[in-house]
Amino acid sequence: MKITMAHGSGGESTSALIKDVFSKYFKNEILDKLEDSAVVSGSSKIAVTTDSFVVTPLVFPGGDIGRLSVCGTVNDILMSGATPKYITCGAVLEEGLDIDLLDKIIASMAETAKEAGVIIVTGDTKVIENRGAEPGLIINTSGIGFIDETKESVGPYNLKDGDKLIITGNLGDHHAAILGCRMGIENNIKSDCAPLGDFVGKLKDADIRVHAMRDVTRGGLGTVLNEFASASCCNIELSEEALPVEPSVKEFCGLLGLDPMYMGNEGKAIISVHKDDAERALSLIKSAKYGENAAIIGEVIKNNKPDADNNVILNTKLGGKRIIGLMYGEGLPRIC
Amino acid sequence: MIGADINAIAEQLKNYDGEEVRIMEVCGTHTASISENGIPSMLSPKIKLISGPGCPVCVTVTAVIDKLVELSMREDTVVLTFGDLIRVKGTNKSLADAKADGAHVKMVYSPMETVTMAEKDPDHTYVFAAIGFETTAPVYANVLNEAVNKGLDNVKLLTSLKTMPQVIRWVVNNGGGIDGFIAPGHVAAITGSDIFKALSEELGLPFVVSGFEGEQLLLTIYALLRMKGNKGIKNLYKSVVTSEGNIKAKEMVDKYFEPSDASWRGMGKIQGSGLVLRKEYEKFDAGSRDLDEDHMPPGCSCASVLVGKIKPSDCPMFGKMCTPDNAHGACMVSTEGSCYNYFVSGRK
Repeated sequence: MKITMAHGSGGESTSALIKDVFSKYFKNEILDKLEDSAVVSGSSKIAVTTDSFVVTPLVFPGGDIGRLSVCGTVNDILMSGATPKYITCGAVLEEGLDIDLLDKIIASMAETAKEAGVIIVTGDTKVIENRGAEPGLIINTSGIGFIDETKESVGPYNLKDGDKLIITGNLGDHHAAILGCRMGIENNIKSDCAPLGDFVGKLKDADIRVHAMRDVTRGGLGTVLNEFASASCCNIELSEEALPVEPSVKEFCGLLGLDPMYMGNEGKAIISVHKDDAERALSLIKSAKYGENAAIIGEVIKNNKPDADNNVILNTKLGGKRIIGLMYGEGLPRIC
Repeated sequence: MIGADINAIAEQLKNYDGEEVRIMEVCGTHTASISENGIPSMLSPKIKLISGPGCPVCVTVTAVIDKLVELSMREDTVVLTFGDLIRVKGTNKSLADAKADGAHVKMVYSPMETVTMAEKDPDHTYVFAAIGFETTAPVYANVLNEAVNKGLDNVKLLTSLKTMPQVIRWVVNNGGGIDGFIAPGHVAAITGSDIFKALSEELGLPFVVSGFEGEQLLLTIYALLRMKGNKGIKNLYKSVVTSEGNIKAKEMVDKYFEPSDASWRGMGKIQGSGLVLRKEYEKFDAGSRDLDEDHMPPGCSCASVLVGKIKPSDCPMFGKMCTPDNAHGACMVSTEGSCYNYFVSGRK
């Protein structure tokens, strides 16, 4: 069965699609009422975020657009120090989309939401005409998380002199998996797409002094660290030796002239913690789900001069230094 | 020399206090590796590394881009290209601009895709933007060979192929006092290291064929320092480069291409410095001959940068009007371009 324009009519076909696919997987007390708005209990301070997901192919090694759309939003909430509670699902379906494929994606979304401890409380579907050869699917998710006001706030402006930077796993997996798929290159690279609540919760429970946290998505680690450095007016020094990259991803990057430093991930965070808490934080992350390859990769050096450049500096394996600038272009492969 | 104590060599390069030495790396992949490894920060200020004209995108004249843009706007034609070239501006437009206007431009990862696509879609002519040096010429020859074997007449190449020895000679005669060359490893793998031997004799300068790892580059720089003032050639990339090169690849190139004069961005026409399709394979040519015009935006110092007369950071537009997101010259577009590398790695 394929999606037709009738599935977007608002009539019988729409109801059937919602009942047979979406409601089947997204079962919960709030959503099941199918009201115009979901009414939920709250907290005095909340974090709200929204993100739209467009990815080709819809299913890729290590995940699919459904899992991605939950992880992306949940991780954004986690990174602001909040506990994710509710998410929404807006699905824009292209005419011709295979309903079995949609079913698989929605099931994966529900499963990921369960894993991440969030409830999908409201949703919407629309059908649009097919815009290209392969019928696509766009998912938007918004999320709400509760903020514990007794905890210190975290943010990119909050890096402190001497902080240690922890990356929670290997760089570049998602980007390499998607690119490999699109180019038909056979390898064993899997997307790292995952909700990161487990280690974030562990750090919170252990009262680790986390100063800044960011999920390392599009633009990669290089981009995030540049934002940290300029928001906190500091230099960041990294050790190339310490950067974790899976050998198959390294080889893939070498082949195409890509730099894992600027490649997107969907299940990695960079965390700036008080230097005295760093080792404890590292072992907590390593013991948590999706944190086994975590590593301390660098440190923060505060500038005293207000007009100084705020640089991210990489100490190369060879013994040199180079500046990790912002990413330019689209990370295109080299020519020879 | 491999196996020499790299730390001791690094130490000597850091503390070198002799006469100033100017070393040119000709290959864009060397430029990128030098930046990636942070090598400039490891050298004494008296050792200057200068990036030469070895980034294929950077030395392509605007007439080639203009021709590709024109082809891509034809109803029955699709232009295929590597990623680097897509953002390089022609006189008015880049291929990316043309694509946004609805032209048929596709980025591919292998030139061989030209054959696959042309086979599937006989109603369109597929033109590959075949730019590059001795390294990529065999790949394009293979594409043609495949097209000939399959009897496809909707595969064409727009070639802008260049050869190294002639431009190196030109740089020495017109550039800014180079004391030695890091010879391009990939090119030498095809041509053999002997072509640099002859050049070394002729120019009286040392050449060292190098691989692309950081340690190899340090060893190469050290070797050139020792060889300063003398002619001679060393091959430090013996695992890949032989003295006679890849004979099969050379034969393949000879079958389809012949030497010609070629126009280089900022340098003009250099005698015998290019390759064009042989007359008998003319029907595969999308109009590559006589593409000489080279439009330089006012203030652009590409010409002086490409031959090492000035450093990228000495160009008045560098990092101000000209950045990777708003590149005026190709050297700022390509990841192998000298300006791009100086900019993103904070080289001064």
